[in-house]
Amino acid sequence: MLNLLFVIEILRMVHEWALAESIVRAVLDIMRERKLKTVLEVKIAIGQLQQIEIDIFRDALKEISEGTILKETRFSIEEEEAEFKCRNCGYTWKFSEIRESIKEDEAEAIHFIPELAHAIIRCPRCGSPDFIVVRGRGVRIVSLRGIT
Amino acid sequence: MMDPRISIIPERIKDVKRRIAIVSGKGGVGKTVLASLLALGLSSMGKIVGLLDLDFNGPSCHIVLGIPEDTSIEEEKGIIPPLFNGIRFMSLELFVRERALPLRGDDISNAIIELLAITRWGSLDYLIIDTPPGTSDELLDILRLIDGLETLIVTIPSKLALKTVSRLLNLLKMVNTNIIGIIENMSKGTDMVREFARREGIRYLGSIPYDEKLEEALGDVDALKRTSISESITTILHKIIGLKITR
Repeated sequence: MLNLLFVIEILRMVHEWALAESIVRAVLDIMRERKLKTVLEVKIAIGQLQQIEIDIFRDALKEISEGTILKETRFSIEEEEAEFKCRNCGYTWKFSEIRESIKEDEAEAIHFIPELAHAIIRCPRCGSPDFIVVRGRGVRIVSLRGIT
Repeated sequence: MMDPRISIIPERIKDVKRRIAIVSGKGGVGKTVLASLLALGLSSMGKIVGLLDLDFNGPSCHIVLGIPEDTSIEEEKGIIPPLFNGIRFMSLELFVRERALPLRGDDISNAIIELLAITRWGSLDYLIIDTPPGTSDELLDILRLIDGLETLIVTIPSKLALKTVSRLLNLLKMVNTNIIGIIENMSKGTDMVREFARREGIRYLGSIPYDEKLEEALGDVDALKRTSISESITTILHKIIGLKITR
């Protein structure tokens, strides 16, 4: 019982919940638009840059979809490695290569709004803050399989 | 395939009765000060108010209202905007704290969508949104993302400023947003802005004289309330509150 309360408390606290809510809402919107009766599977990509706790995100998806017609839907989640490209010198690098150099409060800021990476991360080669997040930014729906 | 965050935005603001963007044709007309003082004035009148600073390149509403930069963000199934002097406040400044934030077009859109998708405003009578000058990415984004957005134009009595307001009005009329009217800031007692409003067919909401005491009062809410600007804003707010809004 204590463990269960602890899990519920975590779900209340983190903003993985907000993003999971947006997925469920978006799938329901797509169902309405495409006139789908059932959604069998939703593939979701989670960009590494946003540092989502996948287990919490998965639990939130389960709990939110429970009360909807998506309660039987399978949510497949895959993590997408974050990559950057410097606009100044063209160098490309991965988030995993620099993650350790980022302080905890900075990582927390990027977790909330991944674009804040532009205030924190610099090109490892030339030091420019002017870079592109090539992939792995945040949460997106990759595909959806349903029945009309 | 698609961005799911956009689907949740209407839900996040569904209990916000009026959503008002403070806009201007050019910079330096006092938009941020007025946005902050409009929020403060509404709060003093007993309204439940939120203030969203979307001027990503120069967020400064927190400086006007004296909101500490080390404010911690509360999370509860999203983020809860911290409460200061009766105003729920949200700004990227709370996360970046004086660091430069060099964002380009798509990054700006992404940051706005993320902010709108995860911020839980709760029930508000008014959400005041400070925007960058002109037809910025930030303005274009909220025009498409926030249903029922109203716009409030701030200008100074200058040919230059009014020229840029004309251009802005072209856009606002094109997208059918509800234009509340225009406020004349740093007024010199001329008819220039009132005449302009008449020609453009928009409401002239009133004028605010230049107040030398403003600079000293920045960051001190009680001192701000004592400025002549706040007094003028109260008169203008009575007009805004009285308007019937159709969505």
